[in-house]
Amino acid sequence: MLQIENLHATVGDKPILKGLTLTLNAGEVHAIMGPNGAGKSTLSYVIGGRPGYEVTQGSVTFNGQDLLDMDPHERAAAGLFLGFQYPVEIPGVSNVQFLREAANAQRKLREQEPLSGGEFLKLAKEKAALLKMDMEMLKRPVNVGFSGGEKKRNEMVQMGILDPALAILDETDSGLDIDALRVVGDGINSIMRAPDKAVLLITHYQRLLDYVQPDFVHVLADGRIVKTGGAELAKQLEAEGYEAIAA
Amino acid sequence: MTNPLPSNRNEAWRYSDIAAVEAAWPLPDPENIMVPAGGDFARAIIQESGTIHQINLTIGAGANAAIHVLNIGGAYGRIELNVTLHDGADFNLGAVQIGGETQTLEIVTTVTHAEPNATSNQIVRSVLAKKATGSYLGKVAVARDAQKTDSVQDVKAMVLDRTATANAKPELEIFADDVQCAHGATVGELDKQALFYLASRGLPPAEAKKLMLQAFVAGVFDGAQAQEEFTDKALAKLGGLV
Repeated sequence: MLQIENLHATVGDKPILKGLTLTLNAGEVHAIMGPNGAGKSTLSYVIGGRPGYEVTQGSVTFNGQDLLDMDPHERAAAGLFLGFQYPVEIPGVSNVQFLREAANAQRKLREQEPLSGGEFLKLAKEKAALLKMDMEMLKRPVNVGFSGGEKKRNEMVQMGILDPALAILDETDSGLDIDALRVVGDGINSIMRAPDKAVLLITHYQRLLDYVQPDFVHVLADGRIVKTGGAELAKQLEAEGYEAIAA
Repeated sequence: MTNPLPSNRNEAWRYSDIAAVEAAWPLPDPENIMVPAGGDFARAIIQESGTIHQINLTIGAGANAAIHVLNIGGAYGRIELNVTLHDGADFNLGAVQIGGETQTLEIVTTVTHAEPNATSNQIVRSVLAKKATGSYLGKVAVARDAQKTDSVQDVKAMVLDRTATANAKPELEIFADDVQCAHGATVGELDKQALFYLASRGLPPAEAKKLMLQAFVAGVFDGAQAQEEFTDKALAKLGGLV
């Protein structure tokens, strides 16, 4: 589904990714772990197409398409979802309005019929319930006044509504208490655990992986993958630290 | 008596398109509106064709007046309000100006609190693209005896291109000592992080910008006569800019 080949990327002329290669197949959940500054968030932004993140070498292919050649909204319509480490607050713009416009913009690019107001609300209610989020919060301006945990939950509700093929989730576990972690973990499983979907979890800690079992765990250090293993690698990292493993 | 043609040296016409003013000169007499004591007045002004509106508004004791303005059309559009408030009167202005190309749009207000206990609230939002210029010149004058005056000037401009110009000049002249006069003016650009966030969910860049601009002007028309017409025309104009 996603092939990343020898990816090099810079942020403001500073090289961050230095030859990263990674393949995700449909039906798989991968976790990327690594110390601060390894390039984890840069990887998610490069895949999402954030301005200011420049690819200097390598390729990213998503379902046979050159992802780097597409604008961010086209990547979304092609089935990519980016869960933000720090979801942005947008005063004045209501969640439901924005999500309905976003969902229908995606459907338009895919040449599908738009969702009616009723169809959309039904879908939004269903996904909000799944993530145990109050529907009233979905009517409020995007992330404004939300706690850290509520913002992350809102990301997952958005993911549920937009129904992507591939989700890149950047530290979705940070800011969550134990109960919220379980809800979000269950949400990821229920939305994304399917034979035709894939997930890339970016995280510092093993704890989210207790709820969302990864098929592969990769260690990212200094801009490349330095080690790959199964779920047990995450536990080993937690016990021994990055330095011992990544060295 | 004919007034002399103003120039840019004249403070109230500092940012004006003087050639356009000259073409319209001499201006018709200002419209005079008197709201009687205890009265209630509302007016919605949509400026679509490049005209100069001058209004003298006197609000009697305990009366209310609300003016909503959408300033969007023509090469040069100017709304000028000279407002005088008597004891306990209330004045509300909600104004949006949206300009593109080489448009010059301005809202110029003088709000005089002549007597005590009056309130005034001005909200002005400008969205400017290409080489447009949008200005707000707003003076609040509080007379010597006008205690318990409460006045607000809330002025924000959004500049879509670096070639556009926004001027904001809230001004206070206070001769009483027990008053509250708040004023804030900001000029900004659309938040790039927010635009990327919206795009990452599937909104094309123009849609994302339009949504954020819609939020920027939202609320200004609340309670206006013809609120729907205001909103529709503002959105149509915004859609042409992004």
